[in-house]
Amino acid sequence: MALAEKYGKKIEAADLPKKTKDQLHKFLDGKEITDIQFKQILERVLKEYLSTRIEACEAVGVIAAQSIGEPGTQMTMRTFHYAGVAEINVTLGLPRLIEIMDARKEPSTPTMTVYLEPEYCKDRDRAREVSWQIEAAPLHEFGDITTDMENMHVIVHLNTKVCDKRKISAAEIMETAPRKIRERRHYRDFEHDINEETATIIFSPKNKESYQNLFQLAEHVRSVIVQGIDDILRVVVRKETGEYILYTEGSNIKDVFDVAGVDTTRTRTNNISEIASVLGIEAARNAIIHEALSTLDEQGILVDVRHIMLVSDMMCMEGEVKQIGRHGIAGEKESVLSRAAFEVTVNHLLDAAVANEVDELSGVTENVIVGQPIQLGTGDVKLIAVRQENN
Amino acid sequence: MPSPKRIGRIEFGLLSPKEIREMSVRKIIWADTYDDDGFPYPQGLMDLNLGVIDPGLRCKTCDQKASECPGHFGHIELAKPVIHVGYTRLIRKLLRVTCRACGRVLLSPDEIEKVVGTEDDQTGDLLSEKDVKKERICPHCGDQQLKINFEKPTTFSEVMVEDGKKVEHKLTPADIRARMEKIPNEDLIPLGINPDVARPEWTILTVLPVPPVTMRPSIILENGQRSEDDLTHKLVDIIRINQRFKENQDAGAPQLIIEDLWELLQYHVTTYLDNEVAGCPPARHRSGRPLKTLSQRLKGKDGRFRGSLSGKRVNFSSRTVISPDPNLSVSQVGVPRAVANEMTIPVRVTIHNIDELRQVVRNGPLRPDVNAPCGANYVLRPDNRRLRLADGNLDTIADMIEPGYTVERQLRDGDVVLFNRQPSLHRMSIMAHRVKVMEGKTFRLNPAVCPPYNADFDGDEMNMHVPQTEEARAEATILLSVHENILSPRFGGPIIGGIHDHVSGIFMLTHGIRWFTKEEALYLLRYTHVEHMPPPGKEEDGIQYWSNKQVFSMILPDQLNMVFRASSCQNCDTCEKEMCERDAYVRIIDGILEVGTIDKKAIGAFDGQIVNRTIRHYGMRRAADFIDDLTKLSIRAIMFDGFSFGIDDEDLSKTEYGQIDEVLNNVASDVTRRIKIYEDGQLEPMPGRTVEETLEMQIMQVLGKARDLTGQIAGRHLGLGNSAVVMAVSGARGSMLNLTQMAGCIGQQSVRGERIVRGYDDRTLPHFRKGDRGSDAHGFIAHSYKGGLNPTEFFFHAIGGREGLVDTAVRTSQSGYLQRRLINALQDLKVAYDGTVRSTGGRIIQFQYGEDSTDPTKSAFGDPVDVKGIVESIIKEEV
Repeated sequence: MALAEKYGKKIEAADLPKKTKDQLHKFLDGKEITDIQFKQILERVLKEYLSTRIEACEAVGVIAAQSIGEPGTQMTMRTFHYAGVAEINVTLGLPRLIEIMDARKEPSTPTMTVYLEPEYCKDRDRAREVSWQIEAAPLHEFGDITTDMENMHVIVHLNTKVCDKRKISAAEIMETAPRKIRERRHYRDFEHDINEETATIIFSPKNKESYQNLFQLAEHVRSVIVQGIDDILRVVVRKETGEYILYTEGSNIKDVFDVAGVDTTRTRTNNISEIASVLGIEAARNAIIHEALSTLDEQGILVDVRHIMLVSDMMCMEGEVKQIGRHGIAGEKESVLSRAAFEVTVNHLLDAAVANEVDELSGVTENVIVGQPIQLGTGDVKLIAVRQENN
Repeated sequence: MPSPKRIGRIEFGLLSPKEIREMSVRKIIWADTYDDDGFPYPQGLMDLNLGVIDPGLRCKTCDQKASECPGHFGHIELAKPVIHVGYTRLIRKLLRVTCRACGRVLLSPDEIEKVVGTEDDQTGDLLSEKDVKKERICPHCGDQQLKINFEKPTTFSEVMVEDGKKVEHKLTPADIRARMEKIPNEDLIPLGINPDVARPEWTILTVLPVPPVTMRPSIILENGQRSEDDLTHKLVDIIRINQRFKENQDAGAPQLIIEDLWELLQYHVTTYLDNEVAGCPPARHRSGRPLKTLSQRLKGKDGRFRGSLSGKRVNFSSRTVISPDPNLSVSQVGVPRAVANEMTIPVRVTIHNIDELRQVVRNGPLRPDVNAPCGANYVLRPDNRRLRLADGNLDTIADMIEPGYTVERQLRDGDVVLFNRQPSLHRMSIMAHRVKVMEGKTFRLNPAVCPPYNADFDGDEMNMHVPQTEEARAEATILLSVHENILSPRFGGPIIGGIHDHVSGIFMLTHGIRWFTKEEALYLLRYTHVEHMPPPGKEEDGIQYWSNKQVFSMILPDQLNMVFRASSCQNCDTCEKEMCERDAYVRIIDGILEVGTIDKKAIGAFDGQIVNRTIRHYGMRRAADFIDDLTKLSIRAIMFDGFSFGIDDEDLSKTEYGQIDEVLNNVASDVTRRIKIYEDGQLEPMPGRTVEETLEMQIMQVLGKARDLTGQIAGRHLGLGNSAVVMAVSGARGSMLNLTQMAGCIGQQSVRGERIVRGYDDRTLPHFRKGDRGSDAHGFIAHSYKGGLNPTEFFFHAIGGREGLVDTAVRTSQSGYLQRRLINALQDLKVAYDGTVRSTGGRIIQFQYGEDSTDPTKSAFGDPVDVKGIVESIIKEEV
C-alpha cells in the first residue's frame, strides 16, 4: 500500500484518461517495483497514449460502418432464442441488429428488465408483489365467470383468496373491470351491477335481442385486464447475482416506472423509441449503444464501442431517433447525387429540379460520381509544401 | 499531368421549352433513321448534326470525329402538349392548391404564414395539399373550386355537379398547362418551387429534347443489320404518332380521333420517360422484352448512378484463381508470369534511369522465365504516340528513347500492387502486396493473410491492380500494405495470424517438452530469419540438444515478456500455473518461452496475443516478420511429425461403444417416460408455457445432454494422439462437438430451434405411427457419422442441413443491404483537425471521437493504453 501512495500522485498528475489511471493502480498495487521501473512504465504508458490518438482526416464513418456491417455475415439468422430456460423469447442476431438500425417504433419482441428497490429485490415474495402490479392479469384469473343464458347475464364471482394473494382488493377489481371494458376495450353497450358482499359483478348487455351480444360481452369480461399494465403480457421473476429481477414480455416503461418498488435508475427496455419519448434523446442514444453492443456480444462478435457510438450519435443527432436508410439519415442528406445514388434515384432528381437544389459536391459519393478526389483521408489535405528554389 | 478543373457545384432545374429549342441543333421531323445506302436521313433521328457514332464520319455541328464529338441535342415539336409522368404528383398538388380561375394559391397570406412561417423565419414546412380544404372558395377572386381527380398514370379530371349529378370533366394537358401558366411566381415559393428555374408549366412538355446519338448508339449485328437502341425505338414511335397527329389536326379530323391520338402520344412520351409507370402497360420490343427507357437507365443496381457513376471500371487489373504458398512472406503475392508480362508500370525516362530503361526496352515484351529481368510492352513518345514493342523494333526504340519518353515497364519482383477479394466488406479486403513473379497460372499468397480477405483455396478468385502513379504507389505502401493492416479497426486486435495447420503445427511443436538435435532444429528453422542458435538446452552423450520451446523462442522478438493462458486452458478454479497438466499456462520472459503451449490464442488470426504484443512493443514490421517466421516454422514442424486424419481415427473401443449404446438406450426410455407422463396429463407446465411446449423443451434438453454424454465417452478414448483432438484443442479447426458427431452420436436435428415436426398428418415420415412423439420420430440421430445413418435419420439430417443453407443465403443479402445503408449513412464522416467528428458539410456529430479520441485500430482491444502489457514487459512477471 505504501507503493500506491508513493506513485499514486504521479499517476494522478499524468495526462491520462481515468481508465488508464485505474488500470495502472490495479496492476501496480501491491507489486514490488523500483523507482526506475516505475519511471519506465509511466514513460511507456504516456508514449503509447499519445500514439493511440486518432489522426485528423480519418474516415471514421466508413470504418464504423464496415466494422458493424462486416460481422453481419457471421451472425445467425435465428430470430428466436431462449435466453435461459423457459425464459422470454427475444429477437437476436442479425434481425435484431437490423431492427435497431431501422429505428422501428416497436421491436418485434419488446421486453423489459425490471430491477427492484433494495427493500424488494432480496425477497422472492416481495418481488412477486411488484410483478403482480406489472403483469397484465385478465379478470378470469380472479374468479369464476359464468354466462347466464336465461337472464342474459354474465356473472363474475371473484375469488377473494386469489385477490388476497395478488394483493388487490375485490372492490378495486369490481370498480376497474367495467371501467376498463369501456375505456380500453371500447365496448359500451352493457350495464353492470356490483354486489360488494358476495364479491360478484353482474354484467348484462343493453341489447338483449341476440345471444351474440351476450357472448361478445362475456369475452370482453373474461379478458379485461384488471390488474397490471396492459402492454405487459408476462412477467418472469428470476434471481440473478443475489437479487430478484423481473423480466417482462411486452414493454411500457412509463407505466412501469409508476409502480412502487421499481428501481427506475436501472430498469430498462429494449424498445428504443419508447426510451426516446419517456427519457429523452440522450437516453435513447445510450440505449442504441447498449442494445447494439449486447446483440453483437451475444453472438461473440467483438466490435469497439466507438463505432457503435458513432452510429448512435448519427442516428440521434437531430433530436429524434432517425433510421439508417432511405427514411432517415441517407434520405435526408443535402447532396442530391448522393441521395440519387442510394435509392429511388429518379424521384430525387425530379424533385431536385423543381426545388432548384444545388449539390455542393462535398460528400464522398458526389465526388466519386463527378470523378474528383474525395475530401477524406489523404484527399482532405489542402496544404502542400513548396520547395524553395535557392537550395 | 495538369490537374483538371474542379467542379464546384451542380445546380438542378427544369428545362424550359425555350432552352430546349436553344440547345437543340436540329429539329427532328422524320421517324426514319438511315436511308437505303446506310446514310443518316437529314432531320431524322440519326441526323449528323446530333453527333456521329460511325467511324470515318464527321459531326456536322462540331466537325469532330466519332471519338471526340460528345453529341448534341435535337428537338421534336409536339403537336399538342403532354404531361411529364415524373411530375404528375406535383401537377396534382398544384391543381388542388391553386384557383382554377385566377391561379392564386387558395390560402390567404395569413394562412400561408401559419404554415410556412414569417418572412424572416422561414423555418416552417412547405405548403402541402392537406393545408388546403377541398372545394373551397378562392380567397382572392371568390371563384368556387372543384374537386380534382387524378387517375394513374396521367389523367386529370374535374368533378362538376350538373343537375345534382357528379360529372367528371377531363382536363387535357393543354388545359392544365393554361392553369399552370396562371400561377404567379410569388405563390410558387411557399410551395417549394423556384420559379426562376422551374415554372410549373414546363412540366407539361410542348417540345421534347432528342438526346444525341452517342447516348443511343445503334449496333451492327453479325449479319450486317443495324439494331437500334431502345431509346431510338421509342423516339421513332413518338415522331410517328406526332406526325400523324399533326396531319389529322391540319385536316380537321373529328375530336374523337384527335383525342385518341393525343392519348397515344401521351402514352409514348410517358413510356419514353419511364417504362415502369403504374397503370400503364410497358412498351415492348418486338421480341416481347420491355424497353429500357430513360428512367430504367438511371435506376437500380446496374443503372447509371449505382452501376456506372458510383462504380467505375479500371484498366491495369487482373484476376485469377488463388492458391497457397507458405514460403512467401505475408506481404508478398505470387504473380503468374503471364500476368506480370501483360501488366505495366509507366516510368518516365530521365537522365538517371535512361540506361536502365534502354535495357528494359531491349528485353522486349516476352519474358522467358521468372528470373529473367523484366521487359516493356509500350513506349510513349513525348507527343503521346504509343509505340508497341515487338521483336523487330526493340533496338531501334531503345536507341530512340531520351528524357521525356515514358516506358511502360512490365511488373517485376518488389513492385507494389493492390490485391483484393470480393465482397470487399472492410478495408482489409484490399491490401498492398509486393510482387513475386512465379511460374504457374494462379496468384499465390501466404495462408496467414486469408482471414482479412476471408479467402480460401476452393476455387476463390482474386483481383490485382497495379497503381500507375508515384502518389498511388506511396499511398499503397504507406497506408495499404499488409504490415499496416495486421490490426483490425473493428476491435483493435490482430486479424492476420496463423490458421489451420500453422496452429496445429506450432501446437505440436511446443506442447510439453521435446528435444531436437542440431540437425533437427536446423531443419525446423531452415526457412526462418533466425541467424544464430542459442546455447543448447542439454547435452547427452556428447550430443547437443535444443528443446522445442527453445526452437520456438528463436523466432520471438528479444526481450518480449508476457504471460497468458492458451486456448487449451480449461479455466480451472485454481490455476496450477507452471504445473498445468495441459501445459496451457504460457510464460515468455526476455523472449524465451519458459512454459506453455503456443496455439490459437498466441498466434491465431483474431486472437494472436504474441502478434498483438509484438506490434505494440516492436512495431508492425517486426510483427510481420514474426508471422513470416511463424508460418514457415509451423509448416516445418507439422511436416516433422506428419499429420493426417482418417476414418480409423474415429474408432472407439468396445467398452465405449457399449457405454454409448447404454446412454442412448437410457435416453430413449427417459423420453418415453416423459411422453407417458404427458399423455397421462401429469405433466406440470412451466410458467408461461403450454404443456406441449414444456414437453418439447424437456425432450430437447434430455437429448442434448445425451449427445454431450456420448461425446464425453468418446473423448475419454481419444487423446492428443488423435489428429482431430489436436486440431480441436489447439483451436486450429473444428471442435469437440464435431468429433462427438463423428465418433459418438450426431444428435437432434432441428428446424427453427425445434424438433422436426412437419411432414405428413401427425407424423414426420410414413415410417412412424401417427402421433409418435418419440425421439427418433422427430429427428434425433442416434448414430455417428462414422457408424452411418439409417434412411430416416439421413432424411432428417438433410432437413436440418437445408435450414443452414437457406439461412446463409438469406443472411448474405440482408447483411449486405444493412452494410450498404450503414456506409451510405456514415461515409461522409471524418475527424476534423480540432478532434471533432464532422460530416464533410461541416456538421458536428461528436465533439471528441469516441469520447476519448482513441483510434480503435491502435487501441488495445478498446483500451487507450495496454497497461497490462507495459507493466508485464517491465517487471517481467504476471500481473
